[in-house]
Amino acid sequence: MSDVPRFWRESNHRYRLVGTKCNNCGSTFFPPRDVCPKCRRESIGKMEELEFSGYGEVYSYTVVHDGLEPFKFQLPYILAMIKTDEGPLVTGQIVDADPSEVKIGSRVRVTLRRIREEGKTGIIQYGYKFILEK
Amino acid sequence: MASIVSYGSYIPRYRIKAEEIARIWGENPDNIKNGLMVYSKSVPAPDEDVLTISTEAARNAINRWGKENRKKIGAIYVGSESHPYAVKPTASILVESLGLDYNIMAADYEFACKAGTAAIQNVIGLVDSDMIEYGMAIGADTSQGAPGDALEYSASAGGTAFIIGKKGIADINKTYSFTTDTPDFWRREGEKYPSHGGRFTGEPAYFKHILTAAKKMMELMNTKPEDYDYAVFHQPNGKFPTRAAKMLGFKDSQIEEGLMTPYIGNTYSNSMMIGLSAILDKAEPGDRILAVAFGSGAGSDAFDITVNDSIKSFNRSSAPTVRKQLENPIWIDYAYYVKFRKKIIMRGD
Amino acid sequence: MRDVYIIGVGTTKFGELWDKSLRDLATEAGLKAITDAGIYSEDVNALYGANTSAGQFIDQEHIASLIADAAGLSELGIPSIRIEAGSASGGAALHEAYLAVASGKYDTVVVGGVEKMTDVPPEEANKIVGGSLDAEWETFFGVTEASLAAMIAKRLEYEGKMKREDYAHIPVVSHKHGSMNETSHFRNSIKLEDVLKASYVAQPLTIFDCAPLSDGASAIVISSNRQLINSSENPVKIVSSEISTDYLSLHDRTSIYSLNAFKRSSKKALESAKISKEKVDVLELHDSYSIIGLLQLMELYGEKEAMNLVRNEELYWDKSRPTNTSGGLKAHGNPLGATGIYQAVEATLQLRGKAGQRQVKGAKYVLLHNMGGIGATSVSTVLGVE
Repeated sequence: MSDVPRFWRESNHRYRLVGTKCNNCGSTFFPPRDVCPKCRRESIGKMEELEFSGYGEVYSYTVVHDGLEPFKFQLPYILAMIKTDEGPLVTGQIVDADPSEVKIGSRVRVTLRRIREEGKTGIIQYGYKFILEK
Repeated sequence: MASIVSYGSYIPRYRIKAEEIARIWGENPDNIKNGLMVYSKSVPAPDEDVLTISTEAARNAINRWGKENRKKIGAIYVGSESHPYAVKPTASILVESLGLDYNIMAADYEFACKAGTAAIQNVIGLVDSDMIEYGMAIGADTSQGAPGDALEYSASAGGTAFIIGKKGIADINKTYSFTTDTPDFWRREGEKYPSHGGRFTGEPAYFKHILTAAKKMMELMNTKPEDYDYAVFHQPNGKFPTRAAKMLGFKDSQIEEGLMTPYIGNTYSNSMMIGLSAILDKAEPGDRILAVAFGSGAGSDAFDITVNDSIKSFNRSSAPTVRKQLENPIWIDYAYYVKFRKKIIMRGD
Repeated sequence: MRDVYIIGVGTTKFGELWDKSLRDLATEAGLKAITDAGIYSEDVNALYGANTSAGQFIDQEHIASLIADAAGLSELGIPSIRIEAGSASGGAALHEAYLAVASGKYDTVVVGGVEKMTDVPPEEANKIVGGSLDAEWETFFGVTEASLAAMIAKRLEYEGKMKREDYAHIPVVSHKHGSMNETSHFRNSIKLEDVLKASYVAQPLTIFDCAPLSDGASAIVISSNRQLINSSENPVKIVSSEISTDYLSLHDRTSIYSLNAFKRSSKKALESAKISKEKVDVLELHDSYSIIGLLQLMELYGEKEAMNLVRNEELYWDKSRPTNTSGGLKAHGNPLGATGIYQAVEATLQLRGKAGQRQVKGAKYVLLHNMGGIGATSVSTVLGVE
């Protein structure tokens, strides 16, 4: 029932917004990649982990009313695509905010929250969410 | 001699007022506000817990120190009575959530409300004995108060992290502890809510240990209350530390800066620590602080601290101060409180 | 490569079909198709089965083998393979089957698509449909398909590229056509205000902006066998079939509202078919969400022309650019694996002149677009009478 290894493998990426940088062309990626889509074969062996600053702005957002079961306690929840300062877009929840406070262009910073838990007995899966910066 | 190198705190933004809780249980809110001196308390969001709170507090401490230093931390201890797992240490998850070096000592602590300060003492020992260069001690809680119980007004959530090394912004001149077997407040394995001895929690527990530890510390350091610029005590409510201060001979003005409970409730393992954090937010070089924590069960950890010149060049603005986090609360009612604190019986429970 | 024709089509109704299992649906559609083609099971050289998520909906994988079994074909040992490409499974299966016949390996092939979505509760279905998205970096964090479409809509409105009423028009058109189609999940017509006022799924999208969860199956028989083609009533040619892909997650795309995969696959399909887009008489689009439907029009015709078509209501069956005469995904339904195949069924009916009330007069070419997730896979197919 517990997909422990699948979650554990991504934990540093999800806890600290660790993506990748292609040292061949300099492009940055989040989520992380094994191969650079621009350089393809030339990027093999040249992809390096990069910890993002956690700052960005809202590129688009929505308020989800018909959501997924693990997020029942947060309905309706705010989802956003965040344009990180480093460039890549990240999809995640905006928390501790009323939908009326969120605007395209709002500055945000990353925070760590519980994302899911595997029932009462399984592991807790933590990950990134975003807070509006005032 | 060990020194506080950096510090940081985090308080969840949601708050509930004492009068809202009183409304549900048919109590007179003035008794709570005047009697206990608790006006409101913090409430963790459904997606927050001791790990997320510790992470936020620790990131604040690391940002003030300089993120490039974090791999120098050689030990991390987290004190709480509401760790997310009964078995799987919060400290181990923090190693990853903070990006610390894997060559690190780590464990979780429990000693009711003084689990965080016990962690500090551990780190002091490791630093003084040259086993590590820097260590981190965290006190954080998302304590539950039983519905309808007096503690429901105060049991709240928050966390503070201290980074300790040889040279910092505030020198820990001495630490002293007084420990006895006093069953004033406890929670049996598997139980959701703690139990307590009512009025027994006052004189034989809180006051006996706080006063003993404070007096012993002043005896060891050859000091009197007037020698301190600030004093901060464990604060289960606003009344107890105010009375303890008076009994020891401290003035209200000395404890004012560190008295947080009236606004955010009792953050248990973070209770004294967040008061100390608030004091450091204001402290100037040369300020002397007496900090005494109390943990039920029972024991008291006392610290004699002198702020030094390094605080002038300390990058405090890289993280929000405690008082800044008191601004902009999100007020909720009792229904949301009950939902957030998962007190509603859901299908399958 | 040989010419390949559709010689038979069949479909079940689409909807909440409580008393029909996946096996029942697949068998019903398949038998109708081979009857329509005038052939017998022994004439079938291979079976391609499209299904997106039976493993999660009903704990069943190995779908093609199951369908062949349910249809009574197991004694014949017919080659049966399942094709999956998210919600583009139907179109992708058609593509594979087309290649198999065009290459000369097989002469006559049945291509079916089936999905049984209503055996699970709706929140569960949301999660399963989310399997077409990025499980680790979208669905894990609470993303649903509708929420992605909603964020695209919000960004487009913010950039002033369209108004809410523009994309709300798409489901109105689909419902009008669905009302004229017996097999449609929904048979009611709706008005623009209905779309705007309905309850939110993910703001600004309402339940009327989003295709339903449907059960259903459709099947077609394709062949290069001259005899079968000539004895078939109105053989419809598969003029071209092209696939393209894009980054899986919306956040990785070069632009969140450019359907690059569709741009590429439609361009290739029209080039291979040697026709211009003006020659397309009927368009079957993947209107899983109203805004996504409009984006496809914008990608195909350009922003300005697409807006004209919408604002002047030119998308109806009897106007200049008939679109989704089937009822689209919104009204006819979206049983994931079956959708792409049903588009071919509708196209065949139009090209045969057998589309009843919603017949587009003199239809010669139909362009189908079947999409995986929110544009990560795009299958464009041109069917025609040549």
